[in-house]
Amino acid sequence: METSQIIETIKMFEEDNFDIRTVTMGISLLDTVASTPEETAKNIYKKITTYAKDLVAVAEQIEREYGVPITNKRISVTPISLVAGSANEEEILLLAHAMDDAAKEVGVDFIGGYSALVQKGFSHGDLALIHSLPRALTETDLVMSSVNIGSSKAGMNLDAVKLMGETVKKITDLSDTANAKMVIFANAVEDNPFMAGAFYGVTEPDVVINVGVSGPGVVKRALDKVKGESITTVAETIKKTAFKITRVGQLVGSLAAERLGVQFGIVDLSLAPTPARGDSVAEVLEAIGLEQVGAHGTTACLMMLNDAVKKGGVMAAEGVGGLSGAFIPVSEDAGMIDAVKAGTLSLAKLEAMTSVCSVGLDMIAIPGETPATTISGMIADEAAIGIQNNKTTAVRILPTNGAKVGDMIDYGGLLGTAPVMPVVDKSSAEFINRGGHVPAPIHSFKN
Amino acid sequence: MKAVVTVVGQDKTGIVAGIANELAAYGVNILDLSQTIMSKTFTMSMLVELGGEDSFNELHAALKEKGTKMGVAVHVQREEIFEAMSRI
Repeated sequence: METSQIIETIKMFEEDNFDIRTVTMGISLLDTVASTPEETAKNIYKKITTYAKDLVAVAEQIEREYGVPITNKRISVTPISLVAGSANEEEILLLAHAMDDAAKEVGVDFIGGYSALVQKGFSHGDLALIHSLPRALTETDLVMSSVNIGSSKAGMNLDAVKLMGETVKKITDLSDTANAKMVIFANAVEDNPFMAGAFYGVTEPDVVINVGVSGPGVVKRALDKVKGESITTVAETIKKTAFKITRVGQLVGSLAAERLGVQFGIVDLSLAPTPARGDSVAEVLEAIGLEQVGAHGTTACLMMLNDAVKKGGVMAAEGVGGLSGAFIPVSEDAGMIDAVKAGTLSLAKLEAMTSVCSVGLDMIAIPGETPATTISGMIADEAAIGIQNNKTTAVRILPTNGAKVGDMIDYGGLLGTAPVMPVVDKSSAEFINRGGHVPAPIHSFKN
Repeated sequence: MKAVVTVVGQDKTGIVAGIANELAAYGVNILDLSQTIMSKTFTMSMLVELGGEDSFNELHAALKEKGTKMGVAVHVQREEIFEAMSRI
């Protein structure tokens, strides 16, 4: 082994903020369903604290031995609406608290899966869960939630879109930051290790380890070395870099799975920024040749980046899954924040970018007086992009009461700070209030 | 298990001796050693053989402390991490 290769690897961790963003244990809760919500809550607590008791210690030992930072240790569980059975809004909160208590007991950073899948309609448990969200997300600390309101196969549940717009507003009335813990999806994936959208699909085995890798800083440094060269070289450079960093995810995931005695699931290679300078997807796009993210050409660069990341990752890991690509949250990315402040990056451009990135409108602050139906309109637009293009899209939007356009809102830690962005002030209410179901696109009939 | 010890910092007398003595004190065998000056910086990497998880943790803590005393950055990492990144 060459010393220069060794030093290059160490630099990736120390200078480029390369990290394993998360080792996420997926735990099926299907066998915890009991005849009463109290009993189900007990079973949930017991199963999580049994299966994940060594998760944090094992991850920390791997960190030490290999010198790889593992930023978060997390748990994802079966969507709670599926195990809630006949629980009402009050009773389902017991399950949220059981998740929160179990997560605290085992010492993980987050637990995801307070979720409902309602793309084709609501079950009793789905409605109980959605109605409980404002309390669940403000009464617990570590619980993360997601609601899937559309899919390419099922179309879009417009009643759910309307309900989620109203839910976002209700959450805002209780807390300025709790909406950061909830994602509204179309085409949600079942093995995603990233938060807030991680839940554990019903087709998955009893327990697995999934790994989320990040490293926009490493890609940026690699691109700095090919300045002025053709875009073909840029794509190739990103692919090779993605390969290297995914290999680390593969190593860490297989080690963690082996030591915990569980199956290894997938590596999700997502360029997930943090608010730290040098750990920004916007800076990667700028390194490709944009004066600032949001300039014309941004969508093209992002498309190429997202695709090259997937191609590099696919070959490096036994199983690639989750969202794999580039995340474009505003508050968590120093370069995105700069571009919004400078007026270069608008909500409309962000929406266009979501048609080629791996998720959607993410961590965007908007004025508190934005009507629920306008938020529903944003959710519907994002879902439409996902449903029509067979990709995952998501909305994590943060209305802030009393805030006006340009104010900076601080969400703390990895969630960062976001400038309040302007929203179109014409109404979407008549459309949203129609309710009903947007049929699945014609190309969904593949059978 | 095998681990890679890297030492990076400003060149001065006694760095190799300091690290090697520490390794010897813990009964760790050096399998390979390479030292150079890269961009005016002292850079050394060593491949070492040591016992299990416990001896790794002890050595890791001791070498980190030694590095701090000598004013150089010391890393101890199992070798698989470098192989994963650089070889298919």
